[in-house]
Amino acid sequence: MHPWLPFEWIAATRFLREGRMQSLLIIVGVGVGVSVIVFMSALLTGLQGNLLKRTLSSQAHIVLLPPEEIARPQRADAGVLQKQAQRLRSIDQWQNIRARLAAMPEIAAVSPVASGPAFAVRGEANKSVTLLGIEPAHYTRIIALDEKIVAGSLRLNAGEAVIGNELARELGAGVGDKLRLNSASGATDTLTITGLFDLGNKGVNAPNVYVGLRTAQTLLDLVGGVSSIDLGLVDIYSAETIARRLTAETGLQADSWIKTNAQFFTALTSQKVSSNVIRFFVGLSVAFGIASVLVVSVVQRAREIGILRAMGTTRGQILRTFLLQGGIVGLCGSLLGSLLAWLFLSLWQTLARNPDGTPMFAITVELWLVLVSAAGATLVGILAAFIPARRAAALDPVVAIRG
Amino acid sequence: MAEPAAVLELAGIHKSYGRGSSLEVEVLHGIELSLLRGEFAALIGPSGSGKSTLLNLIGLLDRPSSGHLAIDGAATAGLDDRALTRLRGRRIGFVFQHHLLIPAFTALENVMLPMLAARGRPDGEMRQRASDLLSQVGLGERQHHPASQLSGGQQQRVAIARALVMRPSLVLADEPTGNLDTQSADGVFALMRTINEQQGTSFLVVTHDPRLAGRCDRQIELVDGRIVADTQRTG
Ligand SMILES: Nc1ncnc2c1ncn2[C@@H]1O[C@H](COP(=O)(O)OP(=O)(O)OP(=O)(O)O)[C@@H](O)[C@H]1O
Ligand SMILES: [Mg+2]
Repeated sequence: MHPWLPFEWIAATRFLREGRMQSLLIIVGVGVGVSVIVFMSALLTGLQGNLLKRTLSSQAHIVLLPPEEIARPQRADAGVLQKQAQRLRSIDQWQNIRARLAAMPEIAAVSPVASGPAFAVRGEANKSVTLLGIEPAHYTRIIALDEKIVAGSLRLNAGEAVIGNELARELGAGVGDKLRLNSASGATDTLTITGLFDLGNKGVNAPNVYVGLRTAQTLLDLVGGVSSIDLGLVDIYSAETIARRLTAETGLQADSWIKTNAQFFTALTSQKVSSNVIRFFVGLSVAFGIASVLVVSVVQRAREIGILRAMGTTRGQILRTFLLQGGIVGLCGSLLGSLLAWLFLSLWQTLARNPDGTPMFAITVELWLVLVSAAGATLVGILAAFIPARRAAALDPVVAIRG
Repeated sequence: MAEPAAVLELAGIHKSYGRGSSLEVEVLHGIELSLLRGEFAALIGPSGSGKSTLLNLIGLLDRPSSGHLAIDGAATAGLDDRALTRLRGRRIGFVFQHHLLIPAFTALENVMLPMLAARGRPDGEMRQRASDLLSQVGLGERQHHPASQLSGGQQQRVAIARALVMRPSLVLADEPTGNLDTQSADGVFALMRTINEQQGTSFLVVTHDPRLAGRCDRQIELVDGRIVADTQRTG
């Protein structure tokens, strides 16, 4: 009996310790439930984080484009509304807009881009490519191109280009080689390849040719202009809301990654919903488990509760003693559960590996997850103990002692 | 301030069970009784006469259906459960027939229990007092034994120490020796008697043992819920 512990704590721990088998079984039960929640949460966080990283490693969170041109009748007799033929247009006043965007706290990075179709020619080889004029310092804050360089470096001075390693292979070119670019507007430039990148995504890898913004502007007949502004956000999940707001404020077309990857995003969301449903029901069964054990314990301890009451213990003290038992069971169970989840995850990670033996993706039981589940399980334990605790407190001592 | 001479006053106490139902029975029919400070009284009577019922009312574990009940001069009629619990914890000690210790606690902790309940958390003084009382009842050596490992007579001694720990005005004992052999029963009874004489604590002891009843200052006899005799021992 430690001098600083209140009566309720002493009684609760003694009761739990005395009912050894019961306490152990319910703590293990809670532990298994919590381990399922922690394991699933960690797995899902890891999986989704991995998928998101892959998806967002090669695209901006929001892309601002010039407003879609209002379609007008091309010929009076046709009477059919038709989209105008695609022609590169610049964003009006983009420097102004850029400055305003950079000042918004929810926007982490702003990168103007001049991009358009072109042909890459080297010897006999001739490939259709996407020409992207960027400011590397800003662009890399959205797409970590600098980390994806596999040969050479990300250097985009005038007359220099960085291309995907796939394209380099197809063209038979390497770092230091020359590459001729022909744009749709008829301009031509010969560039030196300074680096090769690998974004790990074939669709993106193949056709991209990065050049300095100015080089692209000249080639694409877009002098002084940009065709889009890429944005990186602080909170990726607010992309759609921010995109709508930007459209309203600037009149530009704003495409969020959520809209461009609608299916993927829906899959993420429904995964979250279903895991919450699982969490809820596991939590519920944990609560019922704790409640049922405590109900039995109240019946078994009726006499002792009666004596405690006869000795001057108040209803409130009895109530709190049993609430505390629920809380302690929840807390111990959740710590056991976190440990179990950690074991499962370690096992899982040794089993789930890529063909080359590297782990599929990193998952860790993070401290916040352990803390949140501990707090959650303690709360669930206390709530679950409420009905048994009320019954214990309401026991008639006369009946309890005689019984 | 002089303490009132009567630790207990009952006037017109009635107790019915199953009130409002067709099974309503009145168990106590107008009990008039008062107990003085330092008195050692036996409550006797046939089985089912209402002795335990009366003791539960006096111990504030239950409420009378009607009548006046005062402990140490304080009327209890208007008190809520919390106040009754407080009063019970401070003024009344219980000794039951079946020892009724808390098995998960040691002997010492069982004795500390009423103080612990009253003060909320343990302290050194509490421990000291409980330890002294255990020595007084002859169990100084067994303080740290779990209650469940003590013999019947030892458990009853612990229960007596527990009843005394708050220095109550009145100890209520419901057949405290009912489960003990003659020798242990004599020991337990003698212990209560000694405490009564040394500390002036009043005792009301229910017993079926005429031999023990005869050694009390006063015998109150209950038959069918009425006090039929109340005699002082003379000499
Ligand atoms: N909760 C209750 N509900 C209904 N009747 C009760 C209840 N408690 C006691 N009684 C009845 O009240 C009467 C008195 O009971 P009580 O236990 O007070 O007797 P007692 O004198 O202590 O008997 P014993 O010597 O056998 O312990 C009995 O007829 C009993 O059946
Ligand atoms: Mg009885």
